[in-house]
Amino acid sequence: MALTREQIENIAHLARLQLQPAELAVYQQSLSSIFDFVGELNKADVTSVAPMAHPLPGQSQRLRADVVTETDRHEINQKNAPQVAAGLYLVPKVIE
Amino acid sequence: MKTHTLSLTQLAKGLRAKEYSSVELVRGFLDRIDAHQPTLNAMVTILREPALAAAQAADKDLAAGRGGPLTGLPLVHKDLFCTEGVLTTCGSHMLDNFVSPYDATVVAKLKSAGAITLAKANMDEFAMGSSNETSYFGPVRNPWNTDLVPGGSSGGSAAAVAARLIPAATATDTGGSIRQPAALCGVTGIKPTYGRVSRYGMIAFASSLDQGGVITTTAADAALLMREMSGFDPNDSTSVDIPVPDYVAGLEAPLAGMKIGLLKEFFDKGLDAENEKRIRDALAVYERLGATLKEVSLPNLPLSVPAYYVVAPAECSSNLARFDGVRFGHRAKDPRDLMDLYKRSRGEGFGAEVKRRIMTGTYVLSAGYYDAYYLKAQKVRQLIADDFKRAFGEVDVLMGPTTPTPAFPIGDKTSDPITMYLNDIYTIGANLAGLPAMSIPCGLVGGLPVGLQIVGPHFSEGRLLNAAHAFQKETDWHSRVPERFV
Repeated sequence: MALTREQIENIAHLARLQLQPAELAVYQQSLSSIFDFVGELNKADVTSVAPMAHPLPGQSQRLRADVVTETDRHEINQKNAPQVAAGLYLVPKVIE
Repeated sequence: MKTHTLSLTQLAKGLRAKEYSSVELVRGFLDRIDAHQPTLNAMVTILREPALAAAQAADKDLAAGRGGPLTGLPLVHKDLFCTEGVLTTCGSHMLDNFVSPYDATVVAKLKSAGAITLAKANMDEFAMGSSNETSYFGPVRNPWNTDLVPGGSSGGSAAAVAARLIPAATATDTGGSIRQPAALCGVTGIKPTYGRVSRYGMIAFASSLDQGGVITTTAADAALLMREMSGFDPNDSTSVDIPVPDYVAGLEAPLAGMKIGLLKEFFDKGLDAENEKRIRDALAVYERLGATLKEVSLPNLPLSVPAYYVVAPAECSSNLARFDGVRFGHRAKDPRDLMDLYKRSRGEGFGAEVKRRIMTGTYVLSAGYYDAYYLKAQKVRQLIADDFKRAFGEVDVLMGPTTPTPAFPIGDKTSDPITMYLNDIYTIGANLAGLPAMSIPCGLVGGLPVGLQIVGPHFSEGRLLNAAHAFQKETDWHSRVPERFV
């Protein structure tokens, strides 16, 4: 399956990745070969197979009780933030 | 006294018998880590001062007869386990400034059992790779031949244990990232059942596949660590609440009557003939120990790599959406607007392979393609899991090679992602089915280690460790050390 340059640009946009022009050509080639490769899956007859929902049979996602368990750690957590003021994360202006 | 070639179990005894102190032990391993860092590049961060301080405290505990089962023993953590107050990079530029505000559950459990963290191990970026060449911090080299890859993604963990820079290291396995590097470096690695070991604080790659484990020199050491690491954790919604057996106590169970299945699909044309001989020799050892061999077929197993390269990238694209340049991680300079901030932070922060997987995953999950790719792959995955289930109706464990060939040269497979992905052809099945699996050294080909893979039913870690331990009592492949590291 050959993906076009426009398709790669669209995927990169959906994935929020800025790519350099040289990278576009590389990914156009390698993603096309990856999708050829995963096309092997069409060989399997899965008409009556239910998709796997959990790697352990019979298990499902466990839910916890809806109670507060976290303490306020925003000061520690925000030490890793690129830009913070008054306990808030700063980003470029969103509303004109 | 030469301590670096001793196992963790032996070192624990030596500490209790006061043959050496924890400070001596830790200093000795730190010196080895430092000395071989320029050649192997096995670590991202070396924690000399905190490790020595912890060793001093451990010596006080040991002198007072206190402490846990691992008190004073040195360990290394793969750099995707969060370690409080310590850089946790996941091998990425995206996180090269990230100081974790908390400990992963695995880290906390091993710490409370008394283990001391000496360093954070290098790895493929976000655990995406089979050669440790995708790390932002440069490739790790194989101690058996430094022109070769150590395997990946837990390449730093495997190389460090193989070179006896550390007796044991934590690692993680999404498609073979514990077993494949363990095989290529000649060490012991175990990937537990999905849900056996908490993933809280393990930076996520593919959440339906990721599982933490260990790389050690012996199965007995793996049992010692697994006993401490395993168990239910309310902080991980995929953690399973099933009691943890005493893996150490179970090591000596006899193998007589054990039914071993030979995975027909693993002895295929891709398997190197010399590798196959070593595997057949290992199986003969098991026969001598009283086990019986039977060939079994898992007809859907050849589809495991294509199924994996839909499921894993899909989950990766979702998990890695959190890296947005806002709350933590790399942020691009002078963003024009929010979209520019997202796109450039991610474009600059992620390496080539991570971007490839994010885009693969984004495509298979995008509108109109979900049924054709992700849903289809999850159906094939169910077929593969059913194949394993049928096989375990006939045999106790499955055995075969861990990898098709021994270690390959650095740079050999970087230009073609499919060739690289096929390195995990024998390991991915266990991840897709959530099964526990091990790799243990079983011979050398051209001076390079070969790994025997053992796969068991869900929660059969004890039986796998028992089988691996029995083999290691009969052979000495696991105690071979690459020449320049003896």
